Amino acid sequence: MSQTITEKILAKHAGKKVKPGELINADIDIIMCHDVTTPPAISMMADRKLRVWDPSKVVVTPDHFVPNKDIKSAELAKRLREWVKKEKIKNYYEVGKHGVCHAILPEQGHIVPGDLIIGADSHTCTYGALGAFSTGVGSTDLAAALSTGKLWFKVPETIKFEINGKLAKGVYSKDIILKIISDIGVDGALYRAMEFTGSTIDSLSVEARMTITNMAIEAGAKSGVMEVDEKTISYVRKRTKKRFDIVKSDKDADYEKVLKYDVSNLEPMVAFPSLPSNGKFISDVKDIKIDQAWLGSCTNGRIEDLRIAASVMKGKKIADGVRMIVVPATTEIWKHANKEGLLDIFMEFGATVSAPTCGACLGGHMGILAEGEVCISSTNRNFVGRMGSPKSFVYLGSPATVAASAIEGKIADPRRYL
Amino acid sequence: MRGKAHVYKREHVNTDEIIPARYLNTDNEQELAKHCMEDIDKDFVKRVRKGDVIVASDDFGCGSSREHAVWSLRGAGVKAVIANTFARIFFRNCINNGMLAIECQDAFKKIKNGDSLEIDVKNGVIKNISKKEEYKFTPIPDFAMDIIKAGGLLDYITKSSK
Repeated sequence: MSQTITEKILAKHAGKKVKPGELINADIDIIMCHDVTTPPAISMMADRKLRVWDPSKVVVTPDHFVPNKDIKSAELAKRLREWVKKEKIKNYYEVGKHGVCHAILPEQGHIVPGDLIIGADSHTCTYGALGAFSTGVGSTDLAAALSTGKLWFKVPETIKFEINGKLAKGVYSKDIILKIISDIGVDGALYRAMEFTGSTIDSLSVEARMTITNMAIEAGAKSGVMEVDEKTISYVRKRTKKRFDIVKSDKDADYEKVLKYDVSNLEPMVAFPSLPSNGKFISDVKDIKIDQAWLGSCTNGRIEDLRIAASVMKGKKIADGVRMIVVPATTEIWKHANKEGLLDIFMEFGATVSAPTCGACLGGHMGILAEGEVCISSTNRNFVGRMGSPKSFVYLGSPATVAASAIEGKIADPRRYL
Repeated sequence: MRGKAHVYKREHVNTDEIIPARYLNTDNEQELAKHCMEDIDKDFVKRVRKGDVIVASDDFGCGSSREHAVWSLRGAGVKAVIANTFARIFFRNCINNGMLAIECQDAFKKIKNGDSLEIDVKNGVIKNISKKEEYKFTPIPDFAMDIIKAGGLLDYITKSSK
C-alpha cells in the first residue's frame, strides 16, 4: 500500500497500517512544554495525581512571557520550574540558557527525522522541516500525553506542494509560505498535512525550511513536512547522536491534491492586517508608514535571519520615528550573533536587541503596540490585537523586508539594499 | 438545554480574539471569562448568560492553540459552539473540555442574534425555538461524544483505564 511520509510515521507510531480519516492512538517521542500552556496541564495532572510517563522525552522551554513580564507570569514560570524539579525533567532551559521553543528544540538536538512530536503550541508544526510528524495541541491533550505517552489522532490527508524555480535575490522562504497561504487561505489546508517538495525546497537551508513548516498552521494544517536530505542529516548529526529513521513518501502515494509553484518570479510578499493570507507583492505596497519593525520569533529569529537583516542594515540608520526590536530566538543564536558582530550592526543602526523571547509576537511584551500604531514584523500572525491594541496593525514579511522598512520608515522593498 | 444565540458572521474568528494574549498569564476560568471576545465584541460579556450558544461561520477558533479560549467561553456560560467548520486544535480543546462543537453548515445565516436555541445531541438537531425552525447537524464522532460524556479527555482516560 503506497503511503505518504506522514502516513508512514503515524503508522509506525500506531503499530498498524493507517489511512486518512482513521482514528489512531499513537506513541509520542518528544513533548514540548512552555510557560503559558503547560502550567494548566500541571494543575490538571496534580488534581488527578498523574505523573509524567517518561521525563527523558519531555522538553521544557519557558519562552512566551520570559524573562517574566509580570507577577502572574512569574507565578506560571515558578509552577513550571517546580514541576520540572519534582518530575526530574532534565531538558529544561532556564532563562540564561533559554530560547523560543521552536527554535531551541531543533537547535539542541531534540528533533530527529521520523519522530512523532507534539507541543502545547500551535507552531509545533515547525519540526516537520526535519522529516518528523509534528503537531500542536492544547493543555488537556498535553496532560493526557504527558501522563500516558500516547495521544489520539485522526490521520490527515496530505496536500503536496511542488515548489520549483530559483529564488531571486531578496526573496526568501518566508515569501514562499506567505504566497502559498495567500493562495489557499487560512483554512486552505484545514486538518491536512502539507508536504513541501521540489528543487526550491532542496536549495533551502534547514533554517529556511523551518520558516515554511512553521507557518503550516496559518493555512489551518495539522502538520507540515519535508523530505530528509543530506542537509537535514548534517544538521541533525551536528546536534545529536540519537538514532533516527529516514522516511520518504512512496512515488505513487495518494495525495488529496498537488499544487505546483514556480517561484522564479516571486517577489517579496507582505501580509496585510488582519490575516496571514492577506498577502500582496511588495511592488503593490505603497506608502505604508511604520512605527515599529520587529525581527525575531520561531518563524524568523534564527542566525541566518539575523545575518540577512544585518546585511541590509549595515552602515545605515533607522528612520526617524521608528523603533526596531531585534530578538534572537535563542541564547546560542544571541551569542553567535554577538560574535559575528551582528548585534553591533543592529545597535549602530538604531535598533535595540532583546533577550530571547516570544515577546511581542503574541502581544506579550518587548514591543507592544498602542492604538493606531503600525508594525512590520518577521512573525507569523497578524490577527486583530495580536501585537497589542486591537486598533493596531501588523504586517508580516521576511527579515530582509523588515530591515528595509526600518531604513525607509515605511514598508519597503528589500531588493534595493541587496 | 436552552440558550440564546450569539451570531458571528465573519469567518476565521480566532483565538486571539476569543481571549487576547494579555490575559494568558492566568488559567483561572472566572478571570478569563471576564475578557471573552473582548477585542471583537466588548459587550459580549455583558450579554452572555449561562447556557448560551455561539453561532459562527468558517474556521472558528483558528490560530493559537490556547485552550484558554475554551475556558473563557465556558466560564462566560457558553454551552456549545455551532460553526460551518472548526479549526483543528480548537475543536479538540472543546471536546477535551466537554464543550459541544457542532458543525452545521450555514446555521449562522438562519439563526439571528438572540434566538432561543435547543440542541438535541441524540438526534443531531438544533431547534430554533424563536423561529420555529430545525437544522440538522453533522453527528459528533462517537469517540468525541464518549469524551464529552465522560466530562473531558482526562476523565475519559481515567474511566477507560479502570
